[in-house]
Amino acid sequence: MDWVVFIVAAVVILVGALGVVTSSNPVHAALSLVLTLFGVAVMFVAEQAQFLAVVQVIVYAGAIVVLFLFVIMLLGVDQAENLEVEPLVGQRPAAIGVGIAALAALLLPILFGKWQWLSGQASVVGPAHTGTEPNVNRLATELFTRYLLPFEATSVLLVIAVVGAVVLARRPLASERQGETVTEEP
Amino acid sequence: MTVPGAWYLTLAAFVFVIGATGLLVRRNVLVMFMCVELMLNAVNLTFVTFARMLDDIGGQVVVFFVLVVAAAEVVVGLGIIVAIFRRRAGATADDISMLKG
Repeated sequence: MDWVVFIVAAVVILVGALGVVTSSNPVHAALSLVLTLFGVAVMFVAEQAQFLAVVQVIVYAGAIVVLFLFVIMLLGVDQAENLEVEPLVGQRPAAIGVGIAALAALLLPILFGKWQWLSGQASVVGPAHTGTEPNVNRLATELFTRYLLPFEATSVLLVIAVVGAVVLARRPLASERQGETVTEEP
Repeated sequence: MTVPGAWYLTLAAFVFVIGATGLLVRRNVLVMFMCVELMLNAVNLTFVTFARMLDDIGGQVVVFFVLVVAAAEVVVGLGIIVAIFRRRAGATADDISMLKG
């Protein structure tokens, strides 16, 4: 049963990932991204990270992809892109070569069963599951004790992101625009 | 019968490489952004897999923070894209090769 879930979710994830890269229409790419994100959420459930699966669906599929689609529709860039154009000569083969080299480098430790090279020490923070305690409890306990300072720092980060988005999206006032044209004049 | 963690790691490696190759190959700025999201998701899957393999909740906490940072990154990135598109109508990254206004 676990294998069935894994194989189905893996196929969904890979089809979605290839769809993002190969589809010429940005809207289709965004919808393929939803497919991948749902597949990853299924994987999270299969690995007993239920809270993260819920957050993945709400934040990624619910907010981020909607934001992408919103910007695509707002800017009207949903026309198909010509994928044949290659701006730099040999860019595409070089990129695929780099991709294959990176894949080989990532897969070698896994193939030799030495994934410890990638992960480091075992269990430094605490067990992921203790008896019948739910995953949310364990995560919240760590988040509000050991990781309290990073958690507070993320609130600062979110405020900065909101302020930055407002500053970027706002139209300059008439007086500022005049100042701009004056300085641009040679 | 549970699936060994190595299978999850292999899948995550494939998704990461697909995202990285797409970032290098595609020219549409929005699609490049989606490829970055693919790479972030692959890394998240790796973290959750290691959290299970090593029985360590720290991996899941890191994924939580990655989700927050990804949301902030998308907000600012799309703001920059909207600001660029307001000045010029072009969907490709190659058109934005000059810093001069």
